[in-house]
Amino acid sequence: MTSTTNAFVGTPGKVTAHLTQNEPLSFEKSSPGKKGYKLARLDVPEIDAAALLGASARKDEPALPELSEIEIIRHFTRLSTWNYAIDLGMYPLGSCTMKYNPRVNEFVSRLEGIAEAHPYQPEPLSRGAMVIIKLLKDCLMEITGMDAITLQPAAGAHGEFTGMLMTRAYHQSKGNPRKTVIIPDSAHGTNPATAASCGYQVINLKSNAQGGVDVAALVQIVNEDTAAMMLTNPSTIGVFENEIHKIADVLHDKGALLYMDGANMNALVGKTRPGDFGVDVMHLNLHKTFSTPHGGGGPGSGPVACKKFLEPFLPTPFVMLGEDGLLHWSSDRPQTVGRVRMFYGNFGMFVRALAYILANGPDGLRQTTEDAVLNANYIRKKLEDVYELPYTTPSMHEVVFSDKRQVKNGVKTGDIAKRLIDYGFHPYTTSFPLIVPGALMIEPTESESREELDLFVDAMRQIAREVEQNPQVVITAPHATRISRLDETGAARKPVLRWKGPPEDAVEVDTAAKEW
Amino acid sequence: MAYPENYKYTREHEWIEVAGNVGTVGITDYAQTSLGDIVFVDAPKVGTKVQKGSVFGSVESVKAVSDLYSPVTGTVTGVNEELHASPEKINTDAHSSWIIKVELSNPSELDALLSAIDYEKFIAEETGK
Amino acid sequence: MRYLPKSDAERAAMLQEIGASSIDDLFTAIPEEYRLTRDLKVPRQMGESEIIDYFKSAAEKNAKAYVSFLGAGAYRHYRPVIIDSLVQRGEFLTSYTPYQAEITQGTLQAIFEFQTMICELTGMDIANASMYDGSTGAAEAVMMAVRITGRDGVLVARTVHPEYREVMHTYAQHQGHDAREAAYGQDGRVDLAALEQSVTDETACVLVQSPNFFGVIEDIPAIAEIAHKKGALLIVSIAEAVSLGIVRAPVEADIVSMEAQSFGVALSYGGPYCGVLAAKEKYLRQMPGRLVGETKDTEGRRGFVLTLSTREQHIRREKATSNICTNQALVALMTTIFLTVYGKEGIRELAMQNLAKAKYAADKLGAHGKLLFAQTPRFHEFVLQTDEPPKRLNARLMENKIIGGLDLQKWYPELGNATLWCTTELTTKEQIDAAAGMVAEISVASAAR
Repeated sequence: MTSTTNAFVGTPGKVTAHLTQNEPLSFEKSSPGKKGYKLARLDVPEIDAAALLGASARKDEPALPELSEIEIIRHFTRLSTWNYAIDLGMYPLGSCTMKYNPRVNEFVSRLEGIAEAHPYQPEPLSRGAMVIIKLLKDCLMEITGMDAITLQPAAGAHGEFTGMLMTRAYHQSKGNPRKTVIIPDSAHGTNPATAASCGYQVINLKSNAQGGVDVAALVQIVNEDTAAMMLTNPSTIGVFENEIHKIADVLHDKGALLYMDGANMNALVGKTRPGDFGVDVMHLNLHKTFSTPHGGGGPGSGPVACKKFLEPFLPTPFVMLGEDGLLHWSSDRPQTVGRVRMFYGNFGMFVRALAYILANGPDGLRQTTEDAVLNANYIRKKLEDVYELPYTTPSMHEVVFSDKRQVKNGVKTGDIAKRLIDYGFHPYTTSFPLIVPGALMIEPTESESREELDLFVDAMRQIAREVEQNPQVVITAPHATRISRLDETGAARKPVLRWKGPPEDAVEVDTAAKEW
Repeated sequence: MAYPENYKYTREHEWIEVAGNVGTVGITDYAQTSLGDIVFVDAPKVGTKVQKGSVFGSVESVKAVSDLYSPVTGTVTGVNEELHASPEKINTDAHSSWIIKVELSNPSELDALLSAIDYEKFIAEETGK
Repeated sequence: MRYLPKSDAERAAMLQEIGASSIDDLFTAIPEEYRLTRDLKVPRQMGESEIIDYFKSAAEKNAKAYVSFLGAGAYRHYRPVIIDSLVQRGEFLTSYTPYQAEITQGTLQAIFEFQTMICELTGMDIANASMYDGSTGAAEAVMMAVRITGRDGVLVARTVHPEYREVMHTYAQHQGHDAREAAYGQDGRVDLAALEQSVTDETACVLVQSPNFFGVIEDIPAIAEIAHKKGALLIVSIAEAVSLGIVRAPVEADIVSMEAQSFGVALSYGGPYCGVLAAKEKYLRQMPGRLVGETKDTEGRRGFVLTLSTREQHIRREKATSNICTNQALVALMTTIFLTVYGKEGIRELAMQNLAKAKYAADKLGAHGKLLFAQTPRFHEFVLQTDEPPKRLNARLMENKIIGGLDLQKWYPELGNATLWCTTELTTKEQIDAAAGMVAEISVASAAR
């Protein structure tokens, strides 16, 4: 691994190697007859399925595993120990806002009346759910400075889709749906994907030298064919667009709308409001800013908030206060874009997000934002002498470096990220945003203590030294994980997307020490 | 890397070798190096009409997709089926791994393409060497 | 604030290190006219016990200790307790999307198991790592079929869940699809003769739900033949996943869009649930959503990794198969655990119990009303026609803490006074008898007038 005698290999302060249990696929541990369940006794007459269902009866048996309860507990527990998680330490992932997922959120979402509520329960029996929905809506409108909101979309991208549909419906109501959507080249991939799915042509806007919107260039391309601009603010390099009102004016002058991707709201809550600085419609990510758990990739929730003039186009149904003083579901919105999903939205995430807001209050929310920005700037200060800062504009809640100083040693951002794993951290976001070649995008969030931040800074500084003195150890990282770099090329060329049992004529190996 | 002199090249890193009225098209060694391990080639069917400068398919690596731009206008008369099972052939030998054959409808388009020397100059500029 | 791991002294020290005199220095990029100088008007900061009290009091205002016969796309099944024990482990709950495979093998292997089990249950070759829910999954399946065939005609059965159809309509708005409805016949199934007339060479897909919204099981082989004859794809949407324990898998389908909520996901007033798409191997590259594949590491050890990412938005951007990014991973994990607990034998036994309860309920309730589509095979839901209008029937039941079948007036007015009833393994004989007794009272009372 080391090729020179003085080659430096750092000493991680955060982690020590430890044994983790191995665990095969559940199907590989399965044996016919093992059971992990017992149903309640059947209190009605037995039936003959074949007779009742006729040709529709199932004749084959799906190869689901057969395991006892302890094997199932061990199976999933062992698997869990192979994961990194917020509960173990910081995730510096940019624009992901990996903050603490409070446990009281999990507790309240499991309360019987909440967890067991059927979406079609009669209204008199659903008022509790509606109260939660109404309060969350009110809080989110206040936080964003918007006049109306829907909680229906299931995730950020789904919210973008909804917002774009509303944009289209609005323009259509004025007689011309328009043709194009302007998207900065620093945008998250969901933005252009969404615009295209709504029938709009994407116009990429090159960022200026400070990594922000080039307002002069924007003026040139906005015309009566422009339906909207999709903007993230602060941008994906963590910088607040201080010409935001000019941007809004340029668009509004030509009748176009300003859509804001709310992924970076963690820099704004309690300090400023998008509705105040010219945004017409935006989505929020409850699984980012509002602490609902990432759970390995979801679920999320992507509410869409808008100004009054767009309210008629919001999805239905919606909760409203009736003349009788009670909450009701209403579909009275003739110009609605329709439903974007069945039922009402990821209600379980509404409960969690509201619990988070109640735990914070106005002072907590503001302090949270301030700590998030403080943490990002602290990291920036402590690393700017070893990693290149492509933009000198002030960072808000995230900072973007580039691998420019390391590339000359043959080390790229992806390698540094993998080496960071050996130091006990999850990698930061690599190679995004696209406007920064070799990007290191770091968002610590407010949930990191000074101790954890210092451990991160220490790790990054040690790695920078390794890059100078022993680049191989970085290029071939990670070294300490239970699995090393995986053959992604092979996985893509010959995809194996499911387990297939051993062939019928396989010889049964009669030993506990099988080779998996 | 020696770029075959009897081929012509585009600024989008395709090559074309012409025999009679049929052009054989592939991507250059520079392109395959930039892409990395190729995992999939999305090629059009025989009979498809292609336009000079327009996208006719794509090449995928694990982390990126690259559109393929046709150097000429014409009709697809052949598709390299080998690339379906073995896309990595392009990585091993980009200049022998053809993707499509095209019957040219306007051979004069070839005049606007780059020669091997001009193409090498072009990539030298691109990479700043 | 208790979630923030800093003391004021630490904040001050950090500001000093940065060279800022106060935190305001870090917010100067926000133009002054937009800086909030007041508190947000949200409720004051609450202690943990106060938060719990707030939600408890909200929960009290929801149905408590009611017997429910509601189904219609959201099903009340028993959730084994180990599901919550396991998914609440921080390493699952608070882990990120598994882009860094070396430190997320737990998530990746669980998803690989999920994909495998969905294939086994649905009879398809490939399955993805989840979609938002059954309704958006159906919409994405339609878009997938349109991409694959290059055609734009779409036929959706009227027996598909009405809200699924609304969602498909919303998605289709800008896709230029020509979407039409396929009617149902006297037997509660898609009218095959009418379907045959409607499928043309321009039809991209036929989408049906089975068991359908009425609980009736569709004749999948016959529908498949009609669709495939004209080169159209068959999409089967499944809203009640437990049915697959005893109902034959829709193996003739090209794409299956399923809602897996029944596999151990709480009702939670409508979400989060768990959609999933499964399909024949040849449609792999048109499949949206994440996919986990098996591979080897540099030492030859087996591992799992997100693969075929070039279909997705973070690479393809505007040319992606879908804009989906966040999915339903943790909910899919719940279903994986559920299916592992029940296993091969259990899923069949569970489905059997559901079928048995529904047969008993249909017989009992059918004695006091008209059971519609009585001769057609169904799973655990059925439609009951009564003399009494559903509003009155259900109001009376509610007084006795019973939530009766769903009033179908809004969506199927042609069925008259009709309600959709669902029983699961959790519905007891006593509860069914009590409900039947109440329905009997009402029908006797109205007959006596």
